Amino acid sequence: MQPTYYNPEDLKKFGSIGEFQKKLADKFFTYYGEVFAEGELSAREKSLIALAVSHAVQCPYCIDAYSVDAMEKGYTEAQMMEAVHVAAAIRGGATLVHGVQMMNKVKELSM
Amino acid sequence: MKSLKASQSVLSRADYQLEVLNNQSLAKKMFPDFAAKLTQAGLFPLKPTGIEIFQVNVGKMCNQTCKHCHVDAGPDRKEIMTRETMQQCLDVLSTHDIPIVDITGGAPEMNPNFRWFVEECNKLGKKIIVRCNLTIIVANPKYHDLPEFYRQHQVEVVSSLPFYNADRTDRQRGKGVFESSVQALKMLNQVGYGQEGSGLILNLVYNPAGAFLPATQASLEKQFKKALLDEFGIRFNQLYAITNMPVSRFLDFLLQSGNYEGYMEKLVNSFNPQAAAGVMCRNTLSVGWDGSLYDCDFNQMLELQVSAPTSTHIRQFNLNELNNRDIVLNQHCYGCTAGAGSSCGGNTA
Repeated sequence: MQPTYYNPEDLKKFGSIGEFQKKLADKFFTYYGEVFAEGELSAREKSLIALAVSHAVQCPYCIDAYSVDAMEKGYTEAQMMEAVHVAAAIRGGATLVHGVQMMNKVKELSM
Repeated sequence: MKSLKASQSVLSRADYQLEVLNNQSLAKKMFPDFAAKLTQAGLFPLKPTGIEIFQVNVGKMCNQTCKHCHVDAGPDRKEIMTRETMQQCLDVLSTHDIPIVDITGGAPEMNPNFRWFVEECNKLGKKIIVRCNLTIIVANPKYHDLPEFYRQHQVEVVSSLPFYNADRTDRQRGKGVFESSVQALKMLNQVGYGQEGSGLILNLVYNPAGAFLPATQASLEKQFKKALLDEFGIRFNQLYAITNMPVSRFLDFLLQSGNYEGYMEKLVNSFNPQAAAGVMCRNTLSVGWDGSLYDCDFNQMLELQVSAPTSTHIRQFNLNELNNRDIVLNQHCYGCTAGAGSSCGGNTA
């Protein structure tokens, strides 16, 4: 086992996950390819969404891949950081909105 | 910023660059041989399809010192094409059916015989392309009339603008370059360049400001057109997306920043046989400032002369021999064949 859980070189091996379960991996990669193709949203728009989601799910491989992809697709640094703030706002908001549940419970229990 | 040559960097030497590219002793990783890759694609030996574009590098002198420059051009470079060599080019152009003359540098306008050369090419009825860095137009009052000069001679202007904002452009090309470029683009627009129906063509060139590949040309063109029109009222015709070649100053950047292996790997993995079939060296001949002949501007900077034993200088120009030559290849050629391909006219696939 390598001494750290994340190794940048492992990103290049993503395609090899089919080694242990080819059928499901093939289905995933076909799906993945179709998701990121031009559609109702452009491939460029999808790249920025992917960059934001990468931060929300805190996947270093995805952050690496979609930082490059967003640069290649012509986004500015400021646009990329704004996308990260969108992810952060949703994550923060998602935490905070659960505060309503906490408040509901507290009020239910309180005299 | 000084040129690599003026700062006496070992990377200013073509032989050292080739040693790095060929992994003889300096790089950590071996990359597949480009010629072998072309063989797999059924394109080796790579042959010309004829000479349609006569590209003339009239000198390495430039008012800018861009971080990615494959010429290592700058104010400290003195290599400049003489009028005698230009006349030899004109002799070839007047006796051969080569339709396009593509004038590059450095800043080609800094060559004292530049305007005369353009006028003579115009008299020969050639289509003329000038690779103008934009800032030269506003650098000195003696260049302010260049847009009008270009209009009079129906020159197609091709200008580098690495990005549609100041931050990324200035990081690559120097502080203040974006602002000056915008000013120059407005001057070109004012005389009719890039305006519908004028017939005056203004094309821009995008190349990534770092160790990554360009996105699709069409997508970038859309972004550039919108941003430049919305913010500055600037219009242009086409955007050419060009990949940075691992040569000279960009190679220096790749090595200094630890990006060399990753970038080469990306180029190699993005090899596209279709892009390879359309590379510019097949229909272009490149003339160096001293009259030496090359397959392209990159081979010129790496001092890899054409493989045509009795036709290596413009004064020995032999069309038949040149049309039958094998194009000289090396590892930097991966830069022209990655993804949608890259040439002085943008994508090749």
